Amino acid sequence: MWNLLFGKLTWNSLPHVWYTIGGTLTLMLMGAVAAAVLTYTKRWKWLWNEWLTSTDPKRIGIMYIIVALLMLFRGALDAIMIWMQQALSVGSSTGYLSADHFQQIFTAHGDIMVFFATMGLLVGLMNLVVPLQIGARDLAFPFLNTLGFWLYVAGAILINMFFVFGGDFAATGWLAQAPLSELQFSPGVGVDYWIWSLQVSGLGSLLAGLNFLVTILKMRAPGMTLMRMPLFVWTTLCSSILVVTVFPILAITIAMLTLDRYLGMHFFTTTNGGNPMMYINLIWMWGHPEVYILVLPSFGIFSEVVSTFSHKKLAGYTSQVLAAIFVTILSLMVWLHHFFTMGAGADVNAIFGISTMIIAIPTGVQIFNWLSTMYRGRIVLSSSLYWFLGFVATFTFGGIAGVLLASPTADYQLHNSLFLVAHFHTMIVGGALFGLFAGITYWFPKFMGFKLNEKLGKTAFWFWLTGFFLAFIPLYILGYMGATRRLDHYTNPAWQPLFIISVLGFMVILAGVTTQILQIIISIKNRKQNMDLSGDPWDARNLEWATSSPPPFYNYAVIPEVHGRDAFWEMKKEMKENPQPANVEYKDFELPKNTPFGIYLAGFALLFGFAMVWHMFLIAGIGFVGMMVCLIIRAFDEETEYILTAQEIAKLEQERKDHIYA
Amino acid sequence: MHEEKNEKTFLGFWIYLMTDLLMFAGLFAAFIVLRNNTFGGVGGSQIFNMPFVLVETLFLLTSSFTCGVALLLAHEKKLKGVIAMLCTTFLLGAGFLGMELYEFSHLFSEGHTYQKSAFLSSYFALVGTHGLHITAGLLWMLILIIFILKKGLTQGGIRKITLMSLFWHFLDIVWIFIFTIVYLMGVAL
Ligand code: HEM
Ligand SMILES: [Cu+2]
Repeated sequence: MWNLLFGKLTWNSLPHVWYTIGGTLTLMLMGAVAAAVLTYTKRWKWLWNEWLTSTDPKRIGIMYIIVALLMLFRGALDAIMIWMQQALSVGSSTGYLSADHFQQIFTAHGDIMVFFATMGLLVGLMNLVVPLQIGARDLAFPFLNTLGFWLYVAGAILINMFFVFGGDFAATGWLAQAPLSELQFSPGVGVDYWIWSLQVSGLGSLLAGLNFLVTILKMRAPGMTLMRMPLFVWTTLCSSILVVTVFPILAITIAMLTLDRYLGMHFFTTTNGGNPMMYINLIWMWGHPEVYILVLPSFGIFSEVVSTFSHKKLAGYTSQVLAAIFVTILSLMVWLHHFFTMGAGADVNAIFGISTMIIAIPTGVQIFNWLSTMYRGRIVLSSSLYWFLGFVATFTFGGIAGVLLASPTADYQLHNSLFLVAHFHTMIVGGALFGLFAGITYWFPKFMGFKLNEKLGKTAFWFWLTGFFLAFIPLYILGYMGATRRLDHYTNPAWQPLFIISVLGFMVILAGVTTQILQIIISIKNRKQNMDLSGDPWDARNLEWATSSPPPFYNYAVIPEVHGRDAFWEMKKEMKENPQPANVEYKDFELPKNTPFGIYLAGFALLFGFAMVWHMFLIAGIGFVGMMVCLIIRAFDEETEYILTAQEIAKLEQERKDHIYA
Repeated sequence: MHEEKNEKTFLGFWIYLMTDLLMFAGLFAAFIVLRNNTFGGVGGSQIFNMPFVLVETLFLLTSSFTCGVALLLAHEKKLKGVIAMLCTTFLLGAGFLGMELYEFSHLFSEGHTYQKSAFLSSYFALVGTHGLHITAGLLWMLILIIFILKKGLTQGGIRKITLMSLFWHFLDIVWIFIFTIVYLMGVAL
């Protein structure tokens, strides 16, 4: 009975080390404070009705970004622990972390940053911007959107749960490569936390990808042909295609590992005919496209930012689109470069090495397009554009490092060294994250109604850029000299100065983060001065700027008609020539109702995942049945939408105009 | 409005089916890699009973046919026919599932469990995943029958039948691959 109910969970596994107890207490305290504030201000109902159960992509997008920022903070805590350990633990000193603890920390760091911080920010921005840019009122499947969001939250909770409920986290590296992640070598529950967290949040990502794919293909405003779509929409489309292509592979790979661990099967074991190398192949078939899932949307953001702040249409639109498509396809065919050293033979390595290097070509095309957009443009050096210029530096740098790694001969030396670590951080931080910062700065006024403080934004940028190079150039050098990654101790004392410089770089980055937090606080405080009433603070070009800031919950009272690229720019030109707006006539339209089923279902998924980690099969059963019941109830609910009538719209629009001109 | 919604739903469902297919592709790949890794134990040709599997296959193929008929009748608004055909499909599907479970238990009783070798692991995982899909499909069918009996053949009802039948045909196609790659090639090679 005990086993059925509690599985492997015993008193001993509950937190009993100072940092887990501390973490638990902090979390409980924060929860209590939040609950108290909500009760005191009588905001529970508001929170539930307006936010948690909302199907409005703008609300969901903001919630994504909030959770992702929390995760970014959590991942940064891990980062600082890793950095300190490596700087301190040289020669005879062993630092302050045990080897096992150190391994858990870098594993958690990688997973949290990729799956929860970067992916969360990305999907959040897509939710905010894509419907507005294509002139739609919501996504194709509003329910799947809240469900995906809550599954993402459930995954985020699961990956942090060992703090509160005990156990350990995987000590295997962020991809839990077999056979290390098999029961034989990782007998604890750490890998199981990893499995269920990624399985749950991965399902959320898959739903998001599917949703954006259908939304973009089916819900564009009249006149917006594919080749008139803004580039952020294009890259979201490419990214979504990659998501629906490779996330199923991730799911099935994790499922096979699960079968090995739970039922004693032999997919990736070292005995009974299992084949661990198959795991490495499968996980990188997902893993490499994943890095492009992360970076493609940033390419889109930069395209928007560059053409807006150069006041020019994007140079080489068609080649830009083709480059994105080419990258999408090619990224599916290069996964083997992650294990040249596995011994596939010279021919296979050569083919994958070359196909990897080819990716640099479309990427180069995009960079040249951006630069030629700026050439002879009317440039406004805003902080979004700063992030772009920084990105050109970092991304080119990291790309060249990547091409170096793509040569199998060089890779035999550099594989799994700090050089590799420096490469992908340059790409993910300097590429994906800088793009997200640019996007957040750029679109912030659209959703908040006021701009972020530009001066502090630029200061933060300089901290980030210098800090970044200071932190990672030493890693390139160390890796080149042979420093292997994922070690908690380096014996060679001659390397210590470089590690210390690297930590200093991280401190400078932290100064950048602090400035960003300050920037948000000050911008909120001075929002009256940065208020933007026009809805178009940057003199921008695409449809999202055609509606007010913040947009009404229905986005557009009348769906705009599109007559060319840079739709809003064209509209503005026309308005100048013909300032008398045509009499608008409102029509009824349908909007999705709010639904709590996303949150319920994800709640049961969380229960299921947690129970599975601890082998509490009775409770896992309850979780599973709960999910199914929610799904069935929801699937047979025929009234998921309501109608906003023309009269109501007219009234709302009038109120909105009064408010804006007040 | 309905038209547009149907379009979205169908496209979404097709994409879902493709993602599911990719998941099966992963399992197929694993099976192909592992099928000779019998670790000194039995291989496919020793344990597959082809006539049995053929009957199983015929059950599923016929159920796909009756499912198609159900959809045709639904468009003609013939309620009774739809229910009858869906029930037939259900029974055939249940028969298929029963045979599969029998086959599994038979293998188990002979000591050929999934823990014995990588070949058996990948075999049970692949065929079992298909079986789980069939189970889900059967449940779906059951709920659908109740729904139609209660609400009749509404727009939404027909859409639901269409989606279910897409799913069912999809499982049929996956089974044909299983039949070929696992069973036929397993016996031949
Ligand atoms: C010009 C384009 C690129 C090239 C040629 C390239 C090449 C490579 C190669 C050869 C490796 C494997 C090195 C090794 O393990 O020894 C690698 C690893 C990696 N790259 Fe890139 N890359 C490129 C762009 C990117 C981008 C855009 C991102 C992310 C946004 C990225 C993220 C990563 C990650 C995360 C890893 C390995 C992670 C790990 O082993 O844990 N790369 N890259
Ligand atoms: Cu790669």
